[in-house]
Formats: sequence, C-alpha cells, structure tokens
Amino acid sequence: MGQHTPLYQKHLDAGAKMVDFAGWDMPINYGSQIEEHQRVRSTAGVFDVSHMTVVDISGDDAKAYLRKLLANDVDKLDAEGRALYSAMLNENGGVIDDLIVYRMSVGYRIVVNCATRTKDLAWMNSHSTGFDVALVEKPGLAILAVHGPQSREKVCVVLDQGQLYPVKTAAIKLLANFSGVELGNWFIARTGYTGEKGLELIFPEKEAPAFWDKLLTAGVHPIGLGARDSLRLEAGMNLYGHDMDEEISPLAANMEQTIAWQPEDRDFIGRSAVVRHRAEQAAGSMPRLVGLVLEQRGVLRGGQRILCDNGEGIITSGGFSPTLKHSIALARIPVNSHSCQADIRGRLTPVRIVKPNFVRFGKKVFE
Amino acid sequence: MSTVPDNLRYASTHEWVQVDDDGIATIGISDHAQNTLGDIVFIELPEAGAMVNSKDEVAVVESVKAASDIYSPVSGEILEVNEALLDAAETINLAPYAGGWFYKLKLSDASELDKLMDADAYVEHCDAE
Repeated sequence: MGQHTPLYQKHLDAGAKMVDFAGWDMPINYGSQIEEHQRVRSTAGVFDVSHMTVVDISGDDAKAYLRKLLANDVDKLDAEGRALYSAMLNENGGVIDDLIVYRMSVGYRIVVNCATRTKDLAWMNSHSTGFDVALVEKPGLAILAVHGPQSREKVCVVLDQGQLYPVKTAAIKLLANFSGVELGNWFIARTGYTGEKGLELIFPEKEAPAFWDKLLTAGVHPIGLGARDSLRLEAGMNLYGHDMDEEISPLAANMEQTIAWQPEDRDFIGRSAVVRHRAEQAAGSMPRLVGLVLEQRGVLRGGQRILCDNGEGIITSGGFSPTLKHSIALARIPVNSHSCQADIRGRLTPVRIVKPNFVRFGKKVFE
Repeated sequence: MSTVPDNLRYASTHEWVQVDDDGIATIGISDHAQNTLGDIVFIELPEAGAMVNSKDEVAVVESVKAASDIYSPVSGEILEVNEALLDAAETINLAPYAGGWFYKLKLSDASELDKLMDADAYVEHCDAE
C-alpha cells in the first residue's frame, strides 16, 4: 500500500481509479480523463496534489541562500505572496527539479515534485552550509489546485460560506497572476499547471475533506492525474523526468526564460555550466524543445523517435489533445530542423513543428 | 465492476467473439479491456476481404494511455469492419459489446471457439491478472 493524502477516501467515494504515483496512491481518473480535461477547460475542476513536497525556508540568509540555489532570482519577488517558477540546477547545469517559490511572511516557501522529494531535500540541505537558514518540510498540509474559467468564483463561494474559513475572499479576487496571499494558516495563490485561470490552495490537512466536499457541491469536478498531464501538455508546460532531468540543460528544455542571467555577479549553482550551454546554443550544437502537431490520426507518445532533416530527436511528452482533437507532443530535436517525421510504431508520419504552447484559456494558440 | 455477458467467448488478450447461426463471428474487446485502456481516441481496423489467423495483430487501439494491439481470437476471412468507429472511437468505451464491435469474420475453423474462455473462466482470468 502506498502513502495516502488526506483525501484518499474522498477519491474512492468519487469513483476514482487509483494508481501508484511515486509511492502514493493517487487518482488517475474518476471515469473519463477526456471528460475531466474538458471540465477544466470549460468550467472548474479540483486536483488533489497534496503528495507534492512543501518546504518553508526562514532565517536571515534565506534570500541569499535561494539566490545561490535557484537558476531564477528570488530578488524578483518584490512583495509577500509573489511567486516564481525556477529550475534547481546541479553543477553541470542539469535540472535537479523544477519548482515554485513563494515569498511568505516566514521567508520563502518552495513546492517541489513528489517523485524527487528525497534528492531535493538532500541537495537543499547540503547546500545550506554557511547560510543562516532553516529548512522545514511541511508534511501536514493539503494542496488543492482548482482550475478552470469558473474556478475562482466557485472557490470564493465556498470560502464565504458561514465564516467557516479564516479567509477573506476579497483578497483572492484581487490576486494578480503568480501571486498569492496568506490568510491565517491558509495560503492561496494564482498559480497552476493547466493553462487556465485558477488557484492553488495550501492549508491544514484536517480541513481538506470538508473543503473538498463543499467544492464538489459547488459544482467543481474532481480531476485525476491523467487529465492533469494532458492539460499541462496542451499548455506546453514541462514535466520533470520527462521533458527535463539531471542530464538535460534548461536551454534544451525551453527553460531559458526561467534563468535570471542578470545580475552577472549572482553565482547560482550551475551558472558556469549554463553559460557554456549558451555558447553551445549559439554555435548550433544545443538541441531545443519544440512543440509537434500531428493533424492526422494517431498518437505521438513519449520515447518515439523523431527523424528531422537535420538529425534525430525524441518525443519527451506526447498524447492526445482533447481540446484540439488530435495529437500533440513536446520533442527535443536538433536546432534548425524544418521538417520532421515521427516513428509511430514503425510507421514514419510527418509532423509539424510549432512553438511549445498549444492551448491557453481553452483556445488553440499556435499557428 | 466490468460487464461479462454469458453468450460470448473470450480470449486471454481480452477480445470477445459472438458467433451467429451462419458461422459469422463478430469480434470486439471486453468491458474490462476498454476500462483498463481508458478513453479510446483512435482505432485502426483491418481491411474487409483479408484472411487472418487467430492471434494475428488485426487492429490497433489508441487510448489516452497507450497504443494496444488487438489480436484476432479466431481465424477466417474478414467480411465487414465497423467503419463508424473511425470517427467515433469512444463508442468502444460506451458500448463495448454493441456499437463498439470491431469486425465480422467468416470462421474458417469453428473448433477454435473451444479454445476460448466462457464468461466464468474469463472473470477468473481478469481477477487473476
């Protein structure tokens, strides 16, 4: 038996098909992945992501420590609640993990992937030497992502019910993208992994089952990990371990914009390596992560070979897009490739190269 | 729980066969199979007129999860394929034993049916997997 989130029984009650995900029993779907996907694009859905790892970072050197640890620069977080997406790199410029860091009253809060928890914590601890910081993992929290065009309105309806929660929804309605607010022991932020508007809520796990029930009563649909993957793929968002890992430069994973190159004297871990990668990129020897579109029948899947006019590449994530009704993929291919074919079960099929961003706010966004 | 009709024969690879009085077999995949595959988005079907042997790969089902080969549970000549599935593969999820049938075949060796499972044996087979 795997580990359970505080909502395990709620998933079973909602008819979830449970699967093992990095040692956790998690819902893959509650019947139909495609229906769940479309709920998020059209109304609102809730994902239980309580299996993810939350670490609070406090101490006088918290900022200096994170400016060393992360490829993006927490100096950009100019107010409490602001959020930043970043890679955490090793000395070779490979991606140890991707994460979200929030500036909080305590200092900072980081949310990292569940499958990488052990190595992330070890890495973060080993690089804290010499900094006045305390790293505190927060296992007693639930994390829910509520996404979709009606998500914010429905969350606010629930939070306003009978003063049950120490949360004033006016503050939520004012949230800008990539910012959050601490309300008592709740933290609510406009971040997510779907390409829709939405909120992520981090709060005490004992409150999770009742809050879940109220969300469902308000018309928010439970969404499994299957739809979470197809939604993030449509949004062109990377999945750790598939689109990047410790052997992959962020420059070969469409993450160049998440590296804060300025100021030049900020010596983050992996800096010298990614500076070298940038030179390789300029010389044309660094592959790039692109979007692929298959407008005929068939499904592109992770691991399939891509044969380009300029060499060979590989699909890092692929699948069927329920919004577009055809298959899409992220693939790492040689630079300056113009025409590609996917090796789909031995059959070479032409695919089109596009920017790695397919759907935003329910609409197709590539040409 | 999956539905397992009593009047069908089943292969260990989760195809079902129904044979009518004229020796025409209709083939599809079981409710258990469609449930395991998840939402089905595309299907490749064989050509009418083709001769197939039992255990030949005759079709491919692409679901949100994976591509899966479908093996013919019996041998014979394919008489007709369910072309409606080409534009509505989700019918296999919705009605695996009715509108979700794959193809019809003229049996060349009716004794092959004896090698397939009845409903009770198939339920046990699924439970053991």
